[in-house]
Amino acid sequence: MSSALRERAPATHDRGAGRADRLGGARRRRMPRHAGFAYLLLAPALILFSIAFLIPIGYSIGLSFMGSRSTGSAFAPPETVFVQLDNYAGVLADPTFWSSLGRLGVFAIVMVPLMMGTAILLALLLDLPRVRARAFSRTAIFLPYAVPSVIAALMWGFLYVPQISPVYQFASGLGIELPALLTGGFVQVAIVNVVLWGGIGFNTIIIYTALQSLPKEQIDAARIDGCDELRIARFVKLPHVVPATLLTGLFSVIGALQIYSEPQMLSTLTTSIDSTFFPLMRVYRDAFAHDDLNAASAASILLALATVLLSLLVLGLRTVLARRTR
Amino acid sequence: MTATGIRSTRPDIASARPRRRTRGGFVPTVVLLAAVAYFLVPVVWVVFAATKTTGELFNTPSFAMGTGFGDNLVQLFTYQGGAFVQWMGNSFVYAIGGALLSTIVSAAAGYALALYDFPGKKAVMIGLLGGVLLPTITLTIPQYMLFAEWGLTNTYWAVLLPVSVTPFGVYLAFVYARASVPRELLEAGRVDGSSEGRTFGAIGLPLLLPGLVTIFLLQFIGIWNNFLLPYIMQSDSDLAPVTVAMYLMLNRGGSEPILYAMAITGALVAILPVIAFVLFLQRFWRLDLVSGSLK
Repeated sequence: MSSALRERAPATHDRGAGRADRLGGARRRRMPRHAGFAYLLLAPALILFSIAFLIPIGYSIGLSFMGSRSTGSAFAPPETVFVQLDNYAGVLADPTFWSSLGRLGVFAIVMVPLMMGTAILLALLLDLPRVRARAFSRTAIFLPYAVPSVIAALMWGFLYVPQISPVYQFASGLGIELPALLTGGFVQVAIVNVVLWGGIGFNTIIIYTALQSLPKEQIDAARIDGCDELRIARFVKLPHVVPATLLTGLFSVIGALQIYSEPQMLSTLTTSIDSTFFPLMRVYRDAFAHDDLNAASAASILLALATVLLSLLVLGLRTVLARRTR
Repeated sequence: MTATGIRSTRPDIASARPRRRTRGGFVPTVVLLAAVAYFLVPVVWVVFAATKTTGELFNTPSFAMGTGFGDNLVQLFTYQGGAFVQWMGNSFVYAIGGALLSTIVSAAAGYALALYDFPGKKAVMIGLLGGVLLPTITLTIPQYMLFAEWGLTNTYWAVLLPVSVTPFGVYLAFVYARASVPRELLEAGRVDGSSEGRTFGAIGLPLLLPGLVTIFLLQFIGIWNNFLLPYIMQSDSDLAPVTVAMYLMLNRGGSEPILYAMAITGALVAILPVIAFVLFLQRFWRLDLVSGSLK
């Protein structure tokens, strides 16, 4: 078909034009009925995506470049003017932005490796041939996934109260004095623990599910070669779950950067979490307590950009790792 | 899961080494059970704590039944004129409505992307993958600003619209459709004179069903657990889901211990439906879909 089209194209046409012509010809022939139906199927997703994502993003980008300026008269309302990058500069010059970002960095750097490491360990344990109470353990580990993060924060919030908590009672029974987690610097530990409790289970099950797709013959071969379970885990199973682990790790990173509900809930029980503790809480304060939608937009966009960049970094890492294992 | 069962009955090479068998099973089981304890303690504790009066919370052993369960329930369900029932109902409206919408939207879009060629497909795919990486929560405040402008805030739609399309849901539907609906079936349908729409409804959708159930469940739980979106969108507490309501309850009550018993009972009632749901539906999940989707 394509050669016929090329013959039809005048000799004076350059190659690019010839290709466009060819594509156009193919389209005219193949498209009508089926492509129309495909567009029909896609339409709801595209319309909703525009309403819920594209238009708000555009609107927010617009707001982030605007500001209100006093008109000089005491009676006229302030007018909205284009302020270039002033809002961004304002956010970047604000020390609370950087301190919230610093806390977020510490949180993510501690939480994500702990979450993924524990999830891998539990998945490998669940996959061991002679482990007992497997089905029960799997269900129990998965259970926190069904608990909303604010409720998890509420439950743990009470479990952090030494007079009520069985954890503190148990520890003091063993002669260990646990610090009160809702005060001072320990509050990060309190938040990390709530997030780990809520997130490890889902990641474990995803990695465990990925392990199930490992061909049995590969494990048997390794065993016949004299590998013990530890070596099989290290050299056969672990490489197999790298893609799934990086995927869930990526979602954990994205989730960590958006942390909001857990500290917000815990803040009702402690004075150690203020309204600018994490970046998203600070954005919320700007938008609703300070009524400064422009600054909130600029900070939102900065945060979204940082998240997307980090995601791309993780995906790049994934490609590099995949190449190395190959 | 069946694969597990198969693997544990693997030929007994190790039975020639009895020492390894005990060692191979014991330590991992203990570690696993320790993890299980960590995950279960808060939930089990809430069950016991919900039976206690506020006084008993402080002066009885953690895992002993109290005497206040009835009172706590009465207090919870009469709080603000019985608003708790409304809040639970709102959670169901958001979670079921949003999950249904998003599953249908994902199914249609994923099917189209997997089985049809059309101009612009590549752009949609790139947009989709970009959307998967997008931190949705940072979009909540922009969404709020726009929805406020449109007069959509303080309506159910303020929560339902943003959750009704999720790039990850569309992506999962695409992956599942590509793997489970052969293009030849569409051709066969055409040869038999079936319209594209009929082929989709009668052949495509049934084949997609296991994947769609998974998307529905992921969405249901995601929406039920969502906090920030309804918290920002709904200033009218009659529209609040139970997550927001619990936060407002604690936030208003400050740190008054008198509220503790009711809040703990509320937490228990709020998590029971989803826990029951997850335990019951666990077997229908195709989570390998998630773990295999980005290979």
